[in-house]
Amino acid sequence: MSMWAGVLIASALVYSWKLLGHLVPEKYVSNPGIRSLAALLTVGMLAGLVGVQTFSSAEGVVFDARAVALIVAAGLFYLRVPFIFVVIAAALVASLIRMWL
Amino acid sequence: MAAKQESVKAISFGVGFATGLYGISFGALSIAAGLDFWQTMALSLLMFSGGSQFAFVGVIATGAGVLPAVLSAWLLGVRNGFYAIRLAPIMSLSGILKPVGAQLTIDESNAVSLSQEPNLQKQRQGFWLTGIAVFVFWNLMTAAGALLGSVIGNPADWGLDAAAGAAFLGLIWPRLKESKLLLLAVVSAFTATLLSAFLPAGLPVLLTAGVAVLFWVVEIARKAK
Repeated sequence: MSMWAGVLIASALVYSWKLLGHLVPEKYVSNPGIRSLAALLTVGMLAGLVGVQTFSSAEGVVFDARAVALIVAAGLFYLRVPFIFVVIAAALVASLIRMWL
Repeated sequence: MAAKQESVKAISFGVGFATGLYGISFGALSIAAGLDFWQTMALSLLMFSGGSQFAFVGVIATGAGVLPAVLSAWLLGVRNGFYAIRLAPIMSLSGILKPVGAQLTIDESNAVSLSQEPNLQKQRQGFWLTGIAVFVFWNLMTAAGALLGSVIGNPADWGLDAAAGAAFLGLIWPRLKESKLLLLAVVSAFTATLLSAFLPAGLPVLLTAGVAVLFWVVEIARKAK
C-alpha cells in the first residue's frame, strides 16, 4: 500500500466511527441506559487519557515532571483558577522542573 | 467547578489553543517519520483525531509499514464513535451539519460539551466552538510543526506534554463532584496507566472502556433491586 493510499484509507476509516455514532437511530441513543453508558465511557476514557499522558513513557510507568504538573493543576482547579491559566501553569511547572533537574 | 463558571467561549478557545500547541509536535514527528508535508496535512485535515494520527506516524516511524499504521489508526478511532453516541441526542444534528459535526467529534469537543452539563444550549455551544477552534489551531500548528519541526526542538522542553494531561483533567473536573464518577475516573486512570506498560499506545485508553461498562452494569443491577 502506498503512503497516500494509507493516509486516505485510514482517514476514511477513522471518520466512519465518528459518523456511525451519529447515525445510530435516536430511539436507541435516547434510551436512559445507553445515555448513562455513553457518559460513563466519556469520563472513563478521558480519565484514562489523563493517566497515560501523565505517567506513561517509553521506559514504562514513571513519576516525572508531568505528574508534578498534574498535581499542581488539580490544586489550581480546586481553587477555581480559570482553565487556560491552569493549562499554562502545568506546562510551566513541567518545563521548569526539566530545566532544573 | 472552575469550568462551569467560565464562559464557554473562553474554555473552547483555551482548549483549541492548548491542543494546537500539541499539533506542532505532531507535524514535526510526522515529517521525521517520513511522510511529506501534504500527507501530514491530509492526516490533520481529514483524519483529525490526535490519537489516531500519532499512532499512524508512530507505526510508520517504526518501519512496520503502511497497513499496520492504517489498522492502528482505525482501532484508536473507536472512542470517537462512543463520543458520537453521547453527543447525537444532545446535538440533534440534521442535514449537512451531521457529517460536519461528525468530523468535529473528538476528545476535546466532547469533553467541553460534557463540562457544560446539564445546560443543553451550552453543551451544544461548547461542542461547536471547541471543535472549530481545535480544527483551526490543530491544522495551523501541524503545518508549523511540519515546516519548522527541527527548529522548535522537543515539545516536552516546553512542558506541552504536561499541558495535555492538565487540560483533560480540567474538562472532567466538574463531573468529579459525583463520587461514583470520581471513583470511575481514578480506577480508569489507574488501569490505563498500568496497561500502558505492556500494550502499544492507544490501546490502554480503549480498554478502559471495560471499566466504564463494569460501572454501568453495577449501576443497572442496583436500580433493578
